[in-house]
Amino acid sequence: MRLKIPANFRIIRVPCTGKVDIIHILRAFEKGADGAFVVGCMEGDCHYNEGNFRARKRIEQAKLILDKVGVGGDRVKMFNLSSGEGPLFAQYAIEMDNKIKELGPSPIRLAKQKKNKNAA
Amino acid sequence: MIIAKKKPIEEIIGEVENFDRILILGCNECVTVCEAGGKKEVEILASALRMNFMAQGREKTIDERTLERQCDHEYLEEIRADIDKYDAIVSLACGVGVQFAAEKYLTMPLLPGVNTVCLGANEDRGLWTERCQACGSCILARTGGICPVSRCAKRVMNGPCGGSTNGKCEISKDVDCAWQLIVDRLKALDKMEDYEKVAPIKDWSTDRAGGPRKVTREDVKI
Ligand code: SF4
Ligand code: SF4
Repeated sequence: MRLKIPANFRIIRVPCTGKVDIIHILRAFEKGADGAFVVGCMEGDCHYNEGNFRARKRIEQAKLILDKVGVGGDRVKMFNLSSGEGPLFAQYAIEMDNKIKELGPSPIRLAKQKKNKNAA
Repeated sequence: MIIAKKKPIEEIIGEVENFDRILILGCNECVTVCEAGGKKEVEILASALRMNFMAQGREKTIDERTLERQCDHEYLEEIRADIDKYDAIVSLACGVGVQFAAEKYLTMPLLPGVNTVCLGANEDRGLWTERCQACGSCILARTGGICPVSRCAKRVMNGPCGGSTNGKCEISKDVDCAWQLIVDRLKALDKMEDYEKVAPIKDWSTDRAGGPRKVTREDVKI
């Protein structure tokens, strides 16, 4: 199955979304990412029972923090799908890509660019 | 353990606004266990603060460190060598840790990053509840191991007040009546005769009413 997905995001593999912590999401933004999405298994289908529920809670927390610090919680989202749903993965990736394009670059990225320009 | 709650980020942002070099200082004990001020919370707060100021185009140094405890000289001394690198410290320890650090580093502004709530237990995932108010003369032996000082809103000492209804306290239907719990436990222990004994007047001089308290132990002093 060859599916077209946007080429502007990097996939970071984790054994389970339960491994994803708030700080991982925040670090991505601190490094200048414009958006991040976490893709977990279907709720109720977690191999470790609660991994994807934990992830959902942490994503919610990360959203709140990003809102408070002026980056914007809309830049993070959690999706659920089963491992056999390649086309859905592609669809979510496109959806997120469109959303981020609509939001524009993150203020952190802009600040970093400005700083680099001033330094050059 | 001591239970604390994270302060809202916006409150901390306001406190550190005017400082440029800030250390976020966590504590590895109580506040780590209640997920308010351990290494993880230090990382999150520091990252959030860095982003907040970066997004405003402001440059600040925000470093992270977590000590074994902040209520002991030996661990607090670990930051002495680096203290001049900072204009302020946000301590995520309980109020004890914040104050002990403030006493040690006299000219360093120390800002609390958590609200210290109570002495309690981790009753369930994400639920911490009060169990003791450190009254200084424990009466648990007589009350079936349940504390009427911390768990009864009125701190009554000889059975429930008239507001106890269906096992709940009159202040809220979500609060167990401490004396109901005590009676239930005394029954389970087959010690209801303890309930009949009139408690002597409690010595409150060991509680906060007697002013700040201290423990001096000549036997362990060197
Ligand atoms: S400073 Fe407070 S939170 Fe840290 S170990 Fe001491 S009592 Fe516990
Ligand atoms: S009686 Fe006093 S010391 Fe004992 S648990 Fe209650 S408050 Fe704590």
